[in-house]
Amino acid sequence: MIDRIEARPRWITREMLVAVALLGTLPLWVNHVGLYQYLGVEIVIWMIYALGFNLLLGYTGLPSFGHGAFFGIGAYAFGLTQLNFCENVWLGLFLATAVGALGGALVAGFLSHRRGIYFALMSIAFGQLFWFTAIKWHSVTGGEDGLLNIPRPAISIGSVQLDLDDNLQLYYFCLAWLAVVVVGLWRVVHSRFGRIIRAIKQNETRAAFIGYNVWLFKWLAFTLSAMVSGLAGGLFAMAQESAYPDVMSLHASGFIVMMTLIGGGFVSFWGPVIGAAVFFLARDVLGAQTESWLLWYGLMFMIVVLFKPEGVAGAWQDLVRRRGARRRTAIVPESSPEGP
Amino acid sequence: MALFEAQALGKRFGDQVVLERIDLAFEQGRLHGIMGPNGAGKTTCFNVLTGRYPPDRGQIRFDGEDITGLSPRRIARRGIARSFQVINLFDEYSAIENVLMALPTVRDRGFNVLRWIGRGSAEMDEAATILERVGLKGREYHPSASLPYGERRALEIGIALACEPRILFLDEPTSGMGIDGTARLTELIASLKARYTIVIIEHDMSFLFRLADRISVIHWGQVIAEGTPSELQRNPWVRRSNLGEPS
Repeated sequence: MIDRIEARPRWITREMLVAVALLGTLPLWVNHVGLYQYLGVEIVIWMIYALGFNLLLGYTGLPSFGHGAFFGIGAYAFGLTQLNFCENVWLGLFLATAVGALGGALVAGFLSHRRGIYFALMSIAFGQLFWFTAIKWHSVTGGEDGLLNIPRPAISIGSVQLDLDDNLQLYYFCLAWLAVVVVGLWRVVHSRFGRIIRAIKQNETRAAFIGYNVWLFKWLAFTLSAMVSGLAGGLFAMAQESAYPDVMSLHASGFIVMMTLIGGGFVSFWGPVIGAAVFFLARDVLGAQTESWLLWYGLMFMIVVLFKPEGVAGAWQDLVRRRGARRRTAIVPESSPEGP
Repeated sequence: MALFEAQALGKRFGDQVVLERIDLAFEQGRLHGIMGPNGAGKTTCFNVLTGRYPPDRGQIRFDGEDITGLSPRRIARRGIARSFQVINLFDEYSAIENVLMALPTVRDRGFNVLRWIGRGSAEMDEAATILERVGLKGREYHPSASLPYGERRALEIGIALACEPRILFLDEPTSGMGIDGTARLTELIASLKARYTIVIIEHDMSFLFRLADRISVIHWGQVIAEGTPSELQRNPWVRRSNLGEPS
């Protein structure tokens, strides 16, 4: 991921505007292509989750296979707040985010001096620990059934009233969160902090020998990633009106890894966003044809890993580069000195 | 008093004693060479001096302070920089980004998620100056992974220079370089000699004899001889172990 060194920081990029235009108009056309409004809600929430996850996988190079734990923690935190404390979306989402971050901070404390396969195995172990706790701790989590009938309380922002029971309004509410997460994470990965976690991903030893506290950077990246996952989990509990242990299971944690990889999280900021959309489209479009859609999705995943490990975003970048190269050779014979 | 001193260092891995007893002292502003046959413990010695492994015995002092057993990070932050025998770069980054990461001004504000490293900033100028110093001017935006071997070696040294070192450890800088590359590297290191205190491990004798002010010979985990290049050429130990054949 060599990117240009910009003259000054940007908050909003062209890609962001394209994404907002595409997703913002989704309610206008989603029914015409044979899909439905609620799918949009799910996709947008998992996009947030996948972006948070990719901070760890794509940018810090840490393969967590237990990230469902933090998504689940966020979901339960939101549900428990609404059911036992008070019906308030803001408080619920705040606690989902905060408890997700706390869980992440705790787990990261054990994982941050590991790397590679040891990190992956430990992350599975911790994921299972949280998943099992969610199933067995009936009095709090409702066991395998989970928490049911979580309300979607109405909210008002200034003079605007939002009725979140309506899927369309919920969709725009979630989209607004996606926008916040995109701008925030974009800033983080392009900041000094972001450059350093990417350096650590490339060469941990070298980073330590030029004086970086590798452990602390890994810990921070993990915690931040879990925090975003917690927020996504909170939104998911609201959308589903329930919170259940399945999202914390190993296979659900595997989904987020597959999404991020198919989309191209290693080569592009937008990889996880694309991957989440591909996953849910596969689920609904393939799922309408066959019950064994996961088989076909799994096959697709294998093909991507074998032939285009950089994912959809990588294939897109190749295409742009090839077209750009053709255009450049047509105008000036030599490539620009600024590099890629 | 020497800038950097190691006293009675010992290190073993399991049953194998790698460093028996090492005493070294590096003076400010000098270029100090460490040589010895393969398996003599040179690289282990370097790794112990720069904090990769803690010593089992002995003491390491830098500028009068005890730094024995400190982590690589803390040692680096005191101004002790090193390069590696096996090239160790940030391969997805361009040459200038590799150097940027090592600048203390970037490192010390590393937790800032709002600060950017902008084109035309002071850091960029500094990084460009360092690249120029190691002969990589014009290669700033070249992906480090696809630089030719010799330039990757030079970048390896550039990263160490970016740390604003008070002492610079170079681990076999000529390794894999060929005659041409070694000649260019000799020139580069000679030009750095005036500015930095440098310690080099090397088994290319002619390279060390040309550059070093003092040389220590390590064999069997001990310093078996020490002196200026001309003293060493007369040393019977060095002659007998067939090390000192300057070309």
